[in-house]
Amino acid sequence: MNEARDEILARTRAAIREGTPPDPLARAYRTTGVVDDPGRVALLGERLLDYRARVEHTTATALRDLLDEIARGDRIGVPRGLPETWRPANSVEDDGLSTHELDALDGVITGCTVAIAETGTLVLAGGEMEGRRALTLVPDVHICVVRTDQIVETVPEAFAALLGREHRPLTFVSGPSATSDIELERVEGVHGPRTLIVVIVKEAS
Amino acid sequence: MTSFPEAARIALGDSQLRHNLRNATTTIRDKRARVVAEVPDWDELREAGRAIKADVMRRLDEYLLQFEESVQAAGGQVHWARDGAEANAIVLDVARAHDVTEVVKVKSLTTDEIGLNEALAAGGVHAIETDFAELILQLDGDWPSHILVPAIHRNRSEIRDLFMRTIADGRELSDDPRELADTARLYLREKFLDAKVGVSGANFGIAETGTLVVVESEGNGRMCTTLPPVLVTVLGIEKLLPTFADLEVFLQLLPRSSTGERMNPYTSLWTGVTIGDGPQEFHVVLLDNGRTRVLSDQVGRQALHCIRCSACLNVCPVYRRTGGHAYGSVYPGPIGAILTPQLRGVANAKSLPYASSLCGACYEVCPVKIDIPSVLLHLRAQTEKDVAERIAMRSLARIFGNVRLYEWAQRLARAGEGPARRVPGPLASWTQTRDLKPFAKETFREWWSRERGA
Ligand code: SF4
Repeated sequence: MNEARDEILARTRAAIREGTPPDPLARAYRTTGVVDDPGRVALLGERLLDYRARVEHTTATALRDLLDEIARGDRIGVPRGLPETWRPANSVEDDGLSTHELDALDGVITGCTVAIAETGTLVLAGGEMEGRRALTLVPDVHICVVRTDQIVETVPEAFAALLGREHRPLTFVSGPSATSDIELERVEGVHGPRTLIVVIVKEAS
Repeated sequence: MTSFPEAARIALGDSQLRHNLRNATTTIRDKRARVVAEVPDWDELREAGRAIKADVMRRLDEYLLQFEESVQAAGGQVHWARDGAEANAIVLDVARAHDVTEVVKVKSLTTDEIGLNEALAAGGVHAIETDFAELILQLDGDWPSHILVPAIHRNRSEIRDLFMRTIADGRELSDDPRELADTARLYLREKFLDAKVGVSGANFGIAETGTLVVVESEGNGRMCTTLPPVLVTVLGIEKLLPTFADLEVFLQLLPRSSTGERMNPYTSLWTGVTIGDGPQEFHVVLLDNGRTRVLSDQVGRQALHCIRCSACLNVCPVYRRTGGHAYGSVYPGPIGAILTPQLRGVANAKSLPYASSLCGACYEVCPVKIDIPSVLLHLRAQTEKDVAERIAMRSLARIFGNVRLYEWAQRLARAGEGPARRVPGPLASWTQTRDLKPFAKETFREWWSRERGA
């Protein structure tokens, strides 16, 4: 296949040999937000509701009770690095569960790396508290805990926060899975989790 | 070239259907306008998007080598394919190396362009399309034909009947969309959980890091790129971006332009192989298939900037009248009118550059500022080799630009329609060149719903 490689590169070079150099790249778009902390939290919640996610607000001390209440004793998967206080009574640690074992779970609780208020997006970066991708994909309910200090306003701010994590598998989640292919009616959850519950935890300050 | 599809002929008579489709186009156009209006720096983002893509084209050889190195450093394997046949053979080889007769696939225009599913089928490997709309087509036996009937053309009771005949396992179904989606979910879930090989396209490839990006809604993209132990991704060479941070521009431009959402439900990024997470064997196929030819034209080159958002389709008066099938290619609408003739060579798609009234609406909405009207004029200049051709083509352009003329010509054409009959009247030249098929049904949904850019 080196022949194909050489030929494509040769064709490419021949095609671009002539011509004007590209214009200097102007990055005049916004790279930082303007909304204050409470405004950012409110915006994220609002945008997630737009996607028909369920949004809960709580504090670090009340988190455990809230998670227990949401989990209702169901079998909930958790990544290995999830803190004890975030694990509801009947949680199952992902120690390399098979896809069918993941499928038998009722839901999953994870953290996230950064959340984007403007677009209602949670970014999972495969960290200790987020687990591998299959864990947040196969179970039907995804409960994602977001600390308020993880919330940024704009997409460029999220990319700044992801610096150093470029090589990890990343998933941007904006609401539960959806299709509108049946007479344009939106139906949640074709293949990903059909329910997305976002728990926003106010940082004690 | 395929004769005018039977299915389209039936759909033509269905005015309710045409009405619905026009509504759908309008709905999405309005949604797009709303979410674009709320972005204060939209013009700056568009300009950055344009400039990044222009830079990619100018240094494509460097970026290709950098991408190759990055993917390899991350444990992935890089293949190069001069054309569709080479790319298809590479994917088939991977499937065969793992002894599978089935692969799970997420819909992509690039793999449609090269006829990957058909090539795999010929090699004894069935590609299971996992997008909801595509699944319906496949079950209905439309697959592997090129003639795709979009799911929007199927009303819910048709989908229920189809599912009960095929995948419902004897269960009784209602025509509640939720229940229908659940049925598809259940059926495909088994396929996903046990799949050995996944196949995808990608919206972007990052030269700096070797990262691939898939933008989608349903979650089948995540399934296909995460669960199978082996993954093959086919990437057009024009899909590269220089740096990881460039995504901050394109992940703002694409979702708002495409489905009118602030962000699409799921975007997946992966780089080579990650131990303990996702496929442990990863292949990427870099596809040329005419792209270097497009690159060599300094004006036409900008067609390669396209991020497949479909915004230009929704606003195009010609597209809204003729529908996607009329363009005779997997790339319909204004972008198809400039991309297809260049990919195939202008001589093989002469009439496409005339499928426009040059109203400029496509340029206005394009998130990467592709100047489609200028490229159309540039391509027209290349096709008008003699006077007769010029006159024929220009009358075609006039018809496209005028609603009343168009409807009149359409009636004439329909009256003359038959398996082998020529279209009479002013559209004769159209059917003679036959690279632009007349009067297909509206197929906006087909393109939009399945694609979202990959
Ligand atoms: S050419 Fe059309 S499909 Fe391509 S990016 Fe521009 S508006 Fe979107």
